[in-house]
Amino acid sequence: MSELLLQLDDLVKTYGAGEAETKVLRGLNLQLNKGELAALLGPSGSGKSTLLTILGTLMQPTSGSHTMLGVDLAAANDKALTEFRNLHIGFVFQFHNLLPDFTALENVIFPTAVREGRETSAALARGRDLLGRMGLANRVDFPSANLSGGQKQRVAVARALMNRPELVLADEPTGNLDRTSASQVMELIGQINRDEGTTFLISTHDEKIAATCRRQIVVGDGLVTG
Amino acid sequence: MLYAMKIATRYLTSSKAQTTLLVVGVALGVFIFIFMSALIGGLANFILKSIAGDISYITIVAEVAEPELLIRQDNGHILVAREKSAARQPILREAGTFVPMIEALLGVTAVSPQINGSGTMTRGAQVSQVAISGVVPGKESAILQLKSYIVSGSDRVGTGLVIIGQTLADDLDLAVGDTIRLDSSRDVNAILTVSGIYKIGQGGLDRGAAFVSLNTARTLFAVPQGVTRIEIKLTDIFDADKIAARISAMTGLNAKSWTEEGAQLLSALDAQGQTGLLLKTFAMVSIVIGIASSLLLSTYRRKAEIGIMRAMGASRLFVIFVFVSQGALVGLLGGLLGAGLGYAVLSAFPPRDSANPSVMPIDITEGAFGIAIGLTFVIAILAAILPARSAARVDPVTAIGK
Repeated sequence: MSELLLQLDDLVKTYGAGEAETKVLRGLNLQLNKGELAALLGPSGSGKSTLLTILGTLMQPTSGSHTMLGVDLAAANDKALTEFRNLHIGFVFQFHNLLPDFTALENVIFPTAVREGRETSAALARGRDLLGRMGLANRVDFPSANLSGGQKQRVAVARALMNRPELVLADEPTGNLDRTSASQVMELIGQINRDEGTTFLISTHDEKIAATCRRQIVVGDGLVTG
Repeated sequence: MLYAMKIATRYLTSSKAQTTLLVVGVALGVFIFIFMSALIGGLANFILKSIAGDISYITIVAEVAEPELLIRQDNGHILVAREKSAARQPILREAGTFVPMIEALLGVTAVSPQINGSGTMTRGAQVSQVAISGVVPGKESAILQLKSYIVSGSDRVGTGLVIIGQTLADDLDLAVGDTIRLDSSRDVNAILTVSGIYKIGQGGLDRGAAFVSLNTARTLFAVPQGVTRIEIKLTDIFDADKIAARISAMTGLNAKSWTEEGAQLLSALDAQGQTGLLLKTFAMVSIVIGIASSLLLSTYRRKAEIGIMRAMGASRLFVIFVFVSQGALVGLLGGLLGAGLGYAVLSAFPPRDSANPSVMPIDITEGAFGIAIGLTFVIAILAAILPARSAARVDPVTAIGK
């Protein structure tokens, strides 16, 4: 039996107030188990991005329960959420979002270095190992600004995995890549999911990408509909 | 936070032109601070040296005894009193006891017991009014730096010798080795030889003063014991009030600090100091504005990066450290560069001791280099706090979305 990673109960998120109030999530319920590779599908405006943002602890829900690894995140303060995010959640964005003044390796080890206050030799070794697994062993010391789009996105995947998080949230990770690069990235994600049991939740509009995932979660009108 | 410092350094080095301009701007502010400190300090020293260098810092003069009542009656008023004597000078009879005590006080560099009075100097048919100062041989330059003003002969007084000013010498057509007659106001005279001629540049002293030995003055003014005045020099002119009060308490004499009659000089120095402080404050304010505005701009430009860092688990405190570290590094570099520039420029000016009215009296030792660097470092950190807090408040969701 799979172990529960996170659970959302009756999750509501509202923007604005009064007449301008917009309810984006309307009592959403969701469970994710450890080791899942799930696609998050839904039309624009369905609440996918808001859901990912709340799951990433970058935003608090208006009401409802959000627990992950047994921790009540809906009640946690900013400091606790920041620490939790650093240790347990990784992000892959559509536009890589690397730090442009840093090398590929410096970008990858950032989540560990920021926690430990320095770049330890263990972190540097893991960063090199991850970049090697992403096929970027010869790009370790390249300034991130000089990498191609596909390479940047693979660096972003390596960075998301740096602290061995239980959950990686990917928002359209291949949306800005050509078909070959997109396939490479998805192959890497699948491989890491299989080898390390990392849970991936991938928001995508691409049905081919969704088809590579073992579970498809469909969001519509602020609720999980399928 | 070592890692925050690394990111701060990377941010500064990645925008080399902007950072260079910022550091140079801070360095100029520090340079102005140092230059003004050296100028104001040097000017104050120059003024003190020029005006206060030759004066007595503490002077003890015997007080004229209040006339005693000759008849006392409890009912009604009878005003019969002995008149103050204009002819007799009050004497400090216990000077011999007090002088060693005063000399032993901490901060006292020289004590000059004197007998002063007036008289006339005669050479042939030519006569001039003079103020006569009897000083201890060997202490001629204890208060007035007589030695430095001697243009002919020596500054030593002794039995049968007199030192006079250049103008008086010209008026009486005197040279070193010539003989004059000195008549005191007590109708005692002495035949003396001119041993030295000085030129101070003050009309009163150059034309109307004569320095003789203390023993010659005793004869001229009929003062067999004691002196009429004690002049005191100190290590620090601004200790005069404190030490004068101590001497008064110790001896019971009326010791007067130079500040009682030098209030105008003190006010001028104070006003000059205030002006310098104002200019230095402006320099520091310009540094604060420069650093704060530059870092605010950097915060705005790096908003997305701050958002990414926050998403990766960087705390608000970490973000604050990154931006405060940038301010600290800019402050330190600008401070050191400005201090170096200040040292190089100030070194080109003549040393303090050789300062003369024809050049700016800049004193490199008054440059306050350490204060300038330290103060710049601290205010650069303070200036960075506002941008740093602004950066820490960046919402990662909005920033990354942009």
